[in-house]
Amino acid sequence: MAPEEQIAAEESRVEKAVENGDIAISVRNLRNSFGDQVVHEGLNLDVRKGEILGVVGGSGTGKSVLMRSIIGLQTPDEGEIHVFGESMIGRLDDEALAIRKRWGVLFQGGALFSTLTVAENVEVPIREYYPNIGPVLRDEIAAYKIRMTGLPAEAGPKYPAELSGGMKKRAGLARALALDPDLLFLDEPTAGLDPIGAAAFDDQTRKLQQTLGLTVFLITHDLDTLYSICDRVAVLADKKVTAVGTIDELLATDHPWIQEYFNGPRGRAATAAMAREQDKRR
Amino acid sequence: MDHTSASMNKAADLAEEVRDGGTVIRLSGNLSIACLRDLPDRLDAISGPVDTLDLSDVEYMDTIGAWVLHRTIKRLGCKVIGDKCDAERLIAAVGRLDEPVNIRPDYAPPWKRVVGQIGEAVINSGTTLLGLLGFFGGTLVAAWNVIRHPGRFRINAVVQRFEVVGVSALGIIGLMSFLIGIVIAQQGSVQLRQFGMEMLTINLVGRLTFRELGVLMTAIMVAGRSGSAFAAQLGTMKLTEEVDAMRTIGVSPMEALVLPRTLAVVVMMPLLGFYSSIVAIVGGGFLCAVSLDIPPITFIQRLREVVPIHDLWVGLIKAPVFGVIIALAGCFQGMQVEGNAEEVGLRTTAAVVQAIFLVIVIDAFFAVFFTWVGWN
Repeated sequence: MAPEEQIAAEESRVEKAVENGDIAISVRNLRNSFGDQVVHEGLNLDVRKGEILGVVGGSGTGKSVLMRSIIGLQTPDEGEIHVFGESMIGRLDDEALAIRKRWGVLFQGGALFSTLTVAENVEVPIREYYPNIGPVLRDEIAAYKIRMTGLPAEAGPKYPAELSGGMKKRAGLARALALDPDLLFLDEPTAGLDPIGAAAFDDQTRKLQQTLGLTVFLITHDLDTLYSICDRVAVLADKKVTAVGTIDELLATDHPWIQEYFNGPRGRAATAAMAREQDKRR
Repeated sequence: MDHTSASMNKAADLAEEVRDGGTVIRLSGNLSIACLRDLPDRLDAISGPVDTLDLSDVEYMDTIGAWVLHRTIKRLGCKVIGDKCDAERLIAAVGRLDEPVNIRPDYAPPWKRVVGQIGEAVINSGTTLLGLLGFFGGTLVAAWNVIRHPGRFRINAVVQRFEVVGVSALGIIGLMSFLIGIVIAQQGSVQLRQFGMEMLTINLVGRLTFRELGVLMTAIMVAGRSGSAFAAQLGTMKLTEEVDAMRTIGVSPMEALVLPRTLAVVVMMPLLGFYSSIVAIVGGGFLCAVSLDIPPITFIQRLREVVPIHDLWVGLIKAPVFGVIIALAGCFQGMQVEGNAEEVGLRTTAAVVQAIFLVIVIDAFFAVFFTWVGWN
């Protein structure tokens, strides 16, 4: 196929998927580079509505850069990005605002505003986008969002510096959920948490996703997270998404990095743990 | 639970009606944060009694809509009918989270806070002064240890600091001193001309720069350049646990980090101060030649007559003392860093402010002392 035909075919595919309304994010032919170093080249990815998509890849394969491109913090060199059918490239801030209200982002370190308390952090997006919500109702909303992410009620008036790593992540999640988004971006949510805390966080994510009907874009290194909560996994390697699918589908491919990732000692341990878990449920 | 473009923008609305002898509130539209508008206020305005909430015209609901309904149900004690979009499940889900959460820390009354802040500041300055004194003692102990075991002296570290603190500062200190010399000569000559004594400008420039300005301006510049750098370097090393790593390996941070820096500043301050004084005098001489028509040779001759040699000693004695203060303030604040990156910034600022403040205080004491010994 000639390149023009290829592009035309891609475009019609995107349009169709968007018309069907079952694709939340679609990325086409993305190219990102920093100076001479090309991070992404011809990257394609679809995130379906209502799924938890895990994004994995070695260090430096541009997982965070991909997320930053989608949420508009990084302008790609080339490519198309659609979120809920709306193109995100080259949009003015005002135009993208309607879409921005529909997603929440949890950054790696939590990225809480250090001069505000946890509850005030949660209130920031509400205050910013919906000034019609009165102060009493706003405080109430912040309160139940905090409880929703599993934080104790005492965490509300604390400042971020007084929180542990796990609590910071939960507070960041509460802020990301403040506007009841349809789409949630999580950047390594369980990194730096102890295994019990990480499992609890995974559990919370799954529960929230089910209660609120969220679509989740989840960057992770944590094999347990992949096994326990992700519907599909996208693998970033060789500057593009080399494979997308359930873990079983990925195991069937013969890409060396994927094989090493899932069949390495840690991968096998996670598989065994998952199998035990399933046995227990039966 | 899916947004469609038709229901996306339909505002939430309510209507009160009487049905079978009871009051019913019929809600309609989209109960999500984007479409609530004034609905929460209108619901709050209803004082009841209300028997039923009819949700059969509600097209979509998010947790915020569910929360608004939850608080209304809790307040009015009504029941829900006509649930189409999983509303009861959401209302129950947010209802389980209903628990008071404080938004802000408790605030004390203003007068109490002011008194508390004053008290805290007093205690802080006391402990800082005490800590600085203790740090000075620690440095002396480290110096004594190095004198007893000369093998532990880190000549490379010290020489490297010489370059960073001294040689690299020559440009900026030279430029600053040259300009200061010009300014003093210019301002002085304007005043002295009124008495017809322009020649005294040479006394002014010569004595002032050697005794005070050369060393003082150098101290301020070194505090800004090197004192702040020390605080930031040591602070970052504390954060990344490098200092702790050093201790576990058996290297004393006082000997390896603080002593070389202190030594470098103490040695460099007199040299820089002397250099600064000379350049300032060159600046003054330049102005005298240009605007007062005093030829340089006359300027130098007159300088030798009016500036006693003890003016030079006054400057050179003060310089190393200032150096100790600058280095100690920088290193002390750096070693106090704990917790987060924000603290590095705060401590760096504190190091510079403390160093300059203490230098000026000590300078005042020196002025009194030198007058007392008769070096006027």
